[in-house]
Order: sequence, then C-alpha cells, then structure tokens
Amino acid sequence: MIEKILARGAGQKSVRPGELISVKVDLALGNDITAPVAIREFERLGVERVFDPEKIVLVPDHFTPNRDIAAAEQALALRRFAERYGIKHYFEVGRMGVEHALLPEQGLVWPGAVVIGADSHTCTYGAVGAFATGVGSTDLAAAMALGEAWFKVPETIRFEYRGVLPPFTGGKDLILYMIGRIGVEGARYRAMEFGGDTIGRLSMDGRLTMCNMAIEAGGKCGYMEPDEVTFDYLQGRVKHPYAAEFSDSDAAYERIFSFEVASLQPQVAFPPSPDNVRPVGEAKGIRIDQVVIGSCTNGRLEDLRAAAAVIKGRKVHPKVRLLVIPATQQIYRQAMAEGLLDIFIEAEAAVSTPTCGPCLGGHMGILARGEKALSTTNRNFVGRMGHPESEVFLCNPAVAAASAVAGEIIHPGEVA
Amino acid sequence: MILEGKVWLFGDNVDTDAIIPARYLSAVDPAELAAHCLEDVNPDFPRLVRPGDLVVAGKNFGCGSSREHAPLALKGAGVSCVVAQSFARIFYRNAINIGLPILECPANLAGSLAPGDILRVDLEQGLITAPRSGGRFQAVPFPPFMQEIIKSGGLIEYVRSRLNY
Repeated sequence: MIEKILARGAGQKSVRPGELISVKVDLALGNDITAPVAIREFERLGVERVFDPEKIVLVPDHFTPNRDIAAAEQALALRRFAERYGIKHYFEVGRMGVEHALLPEQGLVWPGAVVIGADSHTCTYGAVGAFATGVGSTDLAAAMALGEAWFKVPETIRFEYRGVLPPFTGGKDLILYMIGRIGVEGARYRAMEFGGDTIGRLSMDGRLTMCNMAIEAGGKCGYMEPDEVTFDYLQGRVKHPYAAEFSDSDAAYERIFSFEVASLQPQVAFPPSPDNVRPVGEAKGIRIDQVVIGSCTNGRLEDLRAAAAVIKGRKVHPKVRLLVIPATQQIYRQAMAEGLLDIFIEAEAAVSTPTCGPCLGGHMGILARGEKALSTTNRNFVGRMGHPESEVFLCNPAVAAASAVAGEIIHPGEVA
Repeated sequence: MILEGKVWLFGDNVDTDAIIPARYLSAVDPAELAAHCLEDVNPDFPRLVRPGDLVVAGKNFGCGSSREHAPLALKGAGVSCVVAQSFARIFYRNAINIGLPILECPANLAGSLAPGDILRVDLEQGLITAPRSGGRFQAVPFPPFMQEIIKSGGLIEYVRSRLNY
C-alpha cells in the first residue's frame, strides 16, 4: 500500500523496497524546535519563495506558550517566516494544538497524501491512510524549497490484531504490547501496517495513538487502510480531493505478526525505554509523584473521556500532581462542554492549555531528581521529562487516571 | 578521506534525548549544543572530547526524536565520524544531510576496542582498522545517491546545485 502511495508521489508506475526515489510532498510540517534550524538552512539556499505556501504547516507547540526568552526567539522566527512567505497554515498560541492532534483534526492530512514533518511522530497520519514520516530540519528546508523529498522505499511489516479489547484497554495498549514484543528497533526502516478486526472496531483516536508510536519501534511510518471509521472522521474536515487506495490481496509483507487481544491487560512501559513493556499488574505498587495525561499520543477527546470516567467523583492522591493537557483548542473546548474539565478540576488536577511541554521535559511539569512520573506520552528515555535521575512510566489514560487517585500504579478496575 | 582519532564507546539504542537532552533545544548553535552532548550518558564526554575523536556504538544509534540538534551537537563537539552497528533512520538521514560522517558496520566493533583506543577510518572504502588490536572491519558502503549528497557537502549544497540548473 505504502508502495502505491510512493509510486504515485514519484510519478512512477511502481516502486520496490530498497529503491531510492524522489517524491512530491503534499504537506511539509515544522515546529518551534525543528523549524528554526530548517529556516536557517532554507535561507542558505537563496531561493525567493517556498514551493507552495498552502502546503507548509508551522505549529509552535513544543516550548509554547513561550517558556523563556530563548524559546520566544524561536517561536518568533517561525512567525516571521510564516509572514514573509505567506504560509497559510501557521497556528499561533490560542489557535494551535499539539501538531499531530491538530493536523488530522483540521483536515490537513488525507488518504494517499505524502506528508513529511520535522518531528518524529509525523508517522501519526498513517491512521488516515497517508504516507507520513518524520525527517530532520534540513530535509524540511529542502522540501520547503523544492516540494520534494528523497526516500528509500521501505519493506512493510503487517500487524494483525484479532478479538475484542477488554475494558480499560485501547490503542495505547495494542501499540505498547507490540513494541514490547518486537523492540525499539524491531521495525527499523520498515513501514508498519496495522489491521485485523480489532483495528476495524477501533476509534479514530485509538488509531492515531497507534500510528503515533510506530517510530518507537523504529518504524518509518504507520499505516492503516481507510475504512468507514476513517471516512466518517474525514467527512467535513478534508477539503482536498482524495482517493483511497487499497492493498492488493497479494501484497508482499516482509513479516506478519498476529495478536489475539481478548486477554490483553493494560500495558505499562517501564523506564528507560518504550519497549520495556509489562502488564499493569507487574507495575502495581510503584509510587508516583506526577501523572501526565496529554500529548500527541493520548491528548485527544476519547483519552480525556476515558480518564474522566475513572476519576469522576474522586480526588487525586495528596502526594501526586496530576496534569491534564487537552491536545488542541477544539478538544479543550469540547472537553469543557462535556464537563470533563470540571471533573478533573474537581479532582484537584491542573488543566493546561495545549502544549508538548512535559512530554519532552520542556516545561509545564519537569521532574526533580529521583521523582517518578506515570504518563500517557510516548517516550521514557533517561531524562526525558526532567532530571536524568527521574523516571517515566508510560500507560493509557485510564491507568494514568486511576493511578493518580491511588498514588501508585494500579489497574483501573481496582479503582472503578 | 582518512580519519584517525580516539574512540568513545557507547552501547545499543543511544537515543537522541541522550545525545542532546530536550532541555537544551532552545539553542541551535553547534558549539552550544556540544557543551551538553551525551552528558547524561557519560558526563566526561562533553568535557574531554577532542576534535577528531570517533564515537563507536552498538545498534539503533540515534533512535527517538527527529531533532537535527543531535548530529549537530556531535559535529559541534568535533566528532569526526560515528561508527555504529546500525542507525535509526531519521538520525541516519540527518547526519548525511548536515555532513556528519557516519558508517554502518554490522560487526561488533565495541567488543574489540577499549575506550581511548585509536581507530582509523577510510570513508570512501568503508574500511575501519584498529591499530592496537590489529582488527579490520568493513562498513556498509553508501548508495551512489547518498554519496552525491555527501560529496556536495550536505543536502543544502546538493539542492543548491540542482536549483542552479
């Protein structure tokens, strides 16, 4: 499938794994950390215009609202660039969101689109059937000038999920379980195609969570074949014409993994790696100082609903800080309309404006030496959320909410 | 090009948060980034690394975020070449794009080296030799397309040459 999208982007009839190709991009994305470097490189090119001001997206989301003067200077560089080159999709604070929640919500990605982003979690958009992959700042600079990027056509690994998910599990558990099984380099350079009846029943939010973490297994992109769930989601959002393509029945996969999910427990990734995954029962009793619910992985409406359902009428444990970060302004507003924010505030959580902040130890929730956090984010490397001697455990929003109440990691079923 | 320098050894899955922690990403200057390069893994590294030194690591070097600050920090520290058993894909293309020499060498080099050993690398041939132990290793050669980018001095220079058509 990925091969079909890339072949079209390259203007070729077909491509084969291993082939190096130059592909036209439908969208190029940068943020307040990666775009300043890209802008500097772009200016070295000496071109007078970008390839298409409608196909570049700039989102200041990592260290915003500006955490210090240096971050403010970086955000300003983005805004100046957007003004100078007439970039249509520039999202200022107050209109923005965490980029990988924002772009699908705004209808900027669609089935068959070729999307590059100077952010590793760009792979998220595979959930709507796009070819989307993370690149570096210099790649972004070249793409902003030429409208092209070079790729090696990846082999594809297929992940089949079968069965009905048990309560308190979702997309996060499906992807964490798989990363635990194949490891952080298990899909290095590979396209990861997710399918099976479990995925067919999974919501769009759950699918975005799964493709978001493809990079945590080393994947080049995640991919899910568009279906009714996808088309319902895209309806009214996407203005660009698109034609979904479907895998050939004889599609060639490098490997196929199958999972039976009926007895899947909520999963927890122990520090210091997203592949250090165990069922939540094995994490029971680990005391935590901070819980974060948010990010491009799990800051969407369904995530907030799942967390609120667990925490409703309860209080956050006295020794725990709970941070809830709706991923976009629209999600924030909808959560407010549904009374979810009231539930969090009533429980004595801090609710924040959209930001990547704590996920990468940027701001809004840095850990001190020796502190432990449980987080719905995507990485738990050494020092990811603060001091190099702090620790991060990863989980789904229901586990995060239940554990915030208990003061220690716990199965949501034991609280509810 | 022949490179020769002192070796710094690292293990598998050295992630980009380890190469340059996110708390320093308000900087874009390679020298500023270099001052914190790999400090959470080996606090001596940013203090004692000398221009020309080489980094030798295991599998999946540079996994995690797409930050180009990671290869920039290594370049800023004067690292002449990173030799790893394998690289994470975004780090791999970033290194090529900014002109940081890297070599993928499936053999477990680290096993036959001690920190501070001298390593000699022939970039064109992909030949790696360790004079102390007498070890000789062959790296995976770059495809011609990437050699062109490297020869141009990085992706920006390569694109410039194309824009001048």
